[in-house]
Amino acid sequence: MLAETASPLFRAAPYGVFAANALAALLVPTFATPLPFGGDLITLVGLLGLGRFLLALAGLDVGTAFGGIGASREVMIAALAEPALLLVVFILASLGGSTDIPALAASLGAGGLRVSLGFALLALAMVALAECGRIPIDNPATHLELTMVHEAMVLEYGGRHLALIEWAAALKLLVYFTLIAALFVPWGLATPPWTAPALLFGAIAVLGKITIGAALLALVETSLAKMRVFRVPDFLAVALMLGALGVLLLFFAQVFASEGL
Amino acid sequence: MAFALDLDRLLAGGLLLMSFLLLYQDRLGSLIDLFAFQALLLALAVSWQAHLQDAPHLLIAASLALIVKSLIIPGALRRIIARLGIRNEIETALSVPQSLLLGLALTALALITTARLTPAAAALAREDVAFALAVVLLGLLIMVGRRNAIAQVVGFMSLENGLVLAASGARGMPLVVEISTALAVLISLIVTGVFIFRIRERFDTVDVAALEPHQGERG
Repeated sequence: MLAETASPLFRAAPYGVFAANALAALLVPTFATPLPFGGDLITLVGLLGLGRFLLALAGLDVGTAFGGIGASREVMIAALAEPALLLVVFILASLGGSTDIPALAASLGAGGLRVSLGFALLALAMVALAECGRIPIDNPATHLELTMVHEAMVLEYGGRHLALIEWAAALKLLVYFTLIAALFVPWGLATPPWTAPALLFGAIAVLGKITIGAALLALVETSLAKMRVFRVPDFLAVALMLGALGVLLLFFAQVFASEGL
Repeated sequence: MAFALDLDRLLAGGLLLMSFLLLYQDRLGSLIDLFAFQALLLALAVSWQAHLQDAPHLLIAASLALIVKSLIIPGALRRIIARLGIRNEIETALSVPQSLLLGLALTALALITTARLTPAAAALAREDVAFALAVVLLGLLIMVGRRNAIAQVVGFMSLENGLVLAASGARGMPLVVEISTALAVLISLIVTGVFIFRIRERFDTVDVAALEPHQGERG
């Protein structure tokens, strides 16, 4: 069932959103490196942004009040989360000397503990909470008009379209889980020549990492309250500040000629 | 050995992070929890320094930080809040983005100053001093940016955390310095406690803005 005001764009958007997120998922190594094609971090950010853009467009296209309010909130959050995410990419790229995710995983795994890397991890986790629409930014299970963001945008969808959108949202969450796992706990990734035990170990390792990540997410979601929409910029300002702090420390690491800052 | 130094930096970085979170937090209860956690990190950092420098007297400073700052002072502040029935929200003089930006600028200032002033010292000591200076400056910013007297006390205590971090990073700092700073902090807690009780009694609030009309030099 479709709204009368919906254009063909509304009908096509779920396929576009799913395609963008599925393509993004292909760029992140899960249990083995290297990937058959490049896994560039900036392409990944762009693809996820494309999916969000299509969804916001569909929310505006259908012409109901909820679609518009959801799209406007989604874009506000994205506009604040994206700079923080790019600062994280900047930190990782200057530490690892590349924006290619498998190469980054290899060089970060070989490096030691670094303070700026810790700040980057925190900032990325905060951005991931915002981008995936989890508590405290958005509640994926709510239908309360005061608070919903993602749900408001997709309120007019049903049937296979809604299924694709929900699937795409779940994929996005998985992309962030595997991205954090690949960059910050890059152990267990099978490297060529691939052997059966190494691949099996890699698969078990990634399953374990995702389970731990999911448990941490559940912990965060149950211990925090959903914040007011107008508090979201403050939350994301912290992520942005953490990213900027990491960049600052990296710059001064050269001044201090230090390996660990 | 590289791991040992990295861990030291990571703990100092954690202390700085806690200062930024103190700057962000606008609920009194969470503010005190964060302060207690910062003191715990400080105790870990100082005891790790004791291990690195093979200086057992630093362990005394670490246990002082653990007992006094992460247990006694937060407990005392919670009791004051409960007895006076102080509201959980903190009135701020600066918005969150403003104070975070100022905090970032102050951190940059601390890093630049340390880089300029200590070219001859070892890299690790310089970084410790830079982090400690940043924590001190952020503590001042917390005090400036809050109108709530309890939040100002927390800012002052976190400033003192930075001082202890700097003292533990410097080799050969005598124990008497650390004990006397810990004592000074306890005394200042008592003084500020009395201060908070008095302004609460007189003005029925702990918002220091209520004091402003009573300043003598005004107009």
